[in-house]
Amino acid sequence: MDLNGKKITVHDMCLRDGMHPKQHQITVQQMVTIAAAMDEAGIPLIEVTHGDGLGGASVNYGFPAASDEEYLTAVCKAVKNAGISALLLPGIGTVDHLKMAVGCGISTIRVATHCTEADVSEQHLNMAAQYPELDTVGFLMMAHMIEPEELIVQLKMMEDFGANCVYITDSAGYMLPDDVTSRVSLARAELRPETELGFHGHHNLAMGIANSLAAVDAGANRIDGSLAGLGAGAGNTPLEVFLAVCDRMGVKTGIDLFKAMDIAEDLIVPLMDHMVRVDRDSLTLGWAGVYSSFLLFAKRSAEKYGLSSRDILVELGRRRTVGGQEDMIEDLALDMAKEKENGAL
Amino acid sequence: MSKKVKAAIIGPGNIGTDLLMKAMRSDFIEPVWMVGVVSDSPGLARAMEMGLKTTADGVDGMLPFMRDDGVQICFDATSAYVHAENSRKVNGQGAVMIDLTPAAIGPFCVPPVNLEQAVEARAMNVNMVTCGGQATIPLVAAVSQVQPVEYGEIVATVSSKSAGPGTRKNIDEFTRTTATGIERVGGAERGKAIIVINPAEPPLIMRDTVHCLTVDEPDQDAITLSVHAMIAEVQKYVPGYTLKNGPVFDGNRVSIYMEVEGLGDFLPKYAGNLDIMTAAGLRTGEMYAEEILSGRFTPVAA
Repeated sequence: MDLNGKKITVHDMCLRDGMHPKQHQITVQQMVTIAAAMDEAGIPLIEVTHGDGLGGASVNYGFPAASDEEYLTAVCKAVKNAGISALLLPGIGTVDHLKMAVGCGISTIRVATHCTEADVSEQHLNMAAQYPELDTVGFLMMAHMIEPEELIVQLKMMEDFGANCVYITDSAGYMLPDDVTSRVSLARAELRPETELGFHGHHNLAMGIANSLAAVDAGANRIDGSLAGLGAGAGNTPLEVFLAVCDRMGVKTGIDLFKAMDIAEDLIVPLMDHMVRVDRDSLTLGWAGVYSSFLLFAKRSAEKYGLSSRDILVELGRRRTVGGQEDMIEDLALDMAKEKENGAL
Repeated sequence: MSKKVKAAIIGPGNIGTDLLMKAMRSDFIEPVWMVGVVSDSPGLARAMEMGLKTTADGVDGMLPFMRDDGVQICFDATSAYVHAENSRKVNGQGAVMIDLTPAAIGPFCVPPVNLEQAVEARAMNVNMVTCGGQATIPLVAAVSQVQPVEYGEIVATVSSKSAGPGTRKNIDEFTRTTATGIERVGGAERGKAIIVINPAEPPLIMRDTVHCLTVDEPDQDAITLSVHAMIAEVQKYVPGYTLKNGPVFDGNRVSIYMEVEGLGDFLPKYAGNLDIMTAAGLRTGEMYAEEILSGRFTPVAA
């Protein structure tokens, strides 16, 4: 693979996707410290939001240590060069949240839907596109669930609603490099040439780096990752590792590798409540194609109702659940516990 | 029952047609007009076959005939954008408007919780909140009738096929209107609503989760009783309204997991979200009709 001389924009997820393994308890001060260090290391774009996006504060997804407004206000002030992005899932957050985030000083809004439901993002992308300076991104989650041809229809819809960049998102960490290549290359061929194309990976099958390279090779120019991999499931593409590989291959990111490594080791790893890595449960997510942030919910329900978290995750995959259906997990665990009890009689 | 109150349905789409099929069975309501805007709409043709008068000129096409035809109740199954204008026009002809759009210009009505008050107030326009609201607000109310609820949150999961273009284009209306309904009708101090659309095949039956955070420790027995009683009330007009699990108690959290299967009149059974809307709208209309038939209420031009 020859990627020599390619330029890409790297986007760090620690302070948004990383909120999942932290159960949304990262403090404002921790975010400010980490974002300032990332800015200093030359990371151009940093996402800051509740793990489930603006307005995610809820019983269903978890109440965060601070509000989105508090996080965004503090972090936007703490960085000099980096842009700050916020995530918004229609159905959870609204255009009111979008306006609030723009008021806090974000440079980028990312509007995320399930891969077949892009049309619910129309009002949000339309509004975002009306802010002339706002980088407006459409983000199609669980993109492994449909074929490349179907995915393109949805990506184009987001492009038409006003996105200047669209993402193919492997929320379950299920994709293999060929899955990425087929989707990204078709998207690159079919979308407008000026529309940027991104890839967001999860490391559940340890494919984060390989998939991100495949994406760059097929024409993606934005890559998500997180330092030390702090993200849902087995985490996002571990960014410092990806940066080292980019360095070796001559891909230009503009980021200071050693500084990035130091942030991962000195700031992010000590922050972890548990080691974010490929283990039995996160591997199950990737193998079964399950939304990565279901991980801790399945673990908690398994413990509460005396079940195997792997069994719960496999069943969630079999039922083709989508992002946001966290409420399904306790309901399913209760069903499985009843079945187990009946079987034991 | 020999005498029924005559009614019009505005909007011959999925919701309007399903409502028509339910209304044809009603003891209190006789649908006589179907109003559309597209002359070759299959919904208008179907209504005509069923013996209704139809027009493709919108509400204006019906207005001159309304009084002579005795229409005293109208159901609006169009969109939030045109609702206010429709309502003003039919109110002007002395008909009550039951609003199935998320326009919410009139007071909210969730039948097992506050239908009687809405009818007693003689409101000339009542709003049916949202499908997710109809499916969940009764349960928030069931908890708040036992003890104070500081926060009520609902998650409605619907199949892709049952989420129409109106819902999709304006999904924020759903979350906002439902959240307000959780507060005003459900009795929670603060409300939040989440909607998830799932494209799985075969389509999944509407699922609803209700989470309440009570101010004090929940009275488990009283809440469980209240929830079961409320479910029985809703089942009177939506038989497929089913408790799957719960109430689960965890500290001050009360969680209830529901499934809503529709009757399958015009819309498929999995579309419980649409069925509960048409059933609640019709029930509201029937209650008004009973008041009108008993002579306790005569709608007058606003």
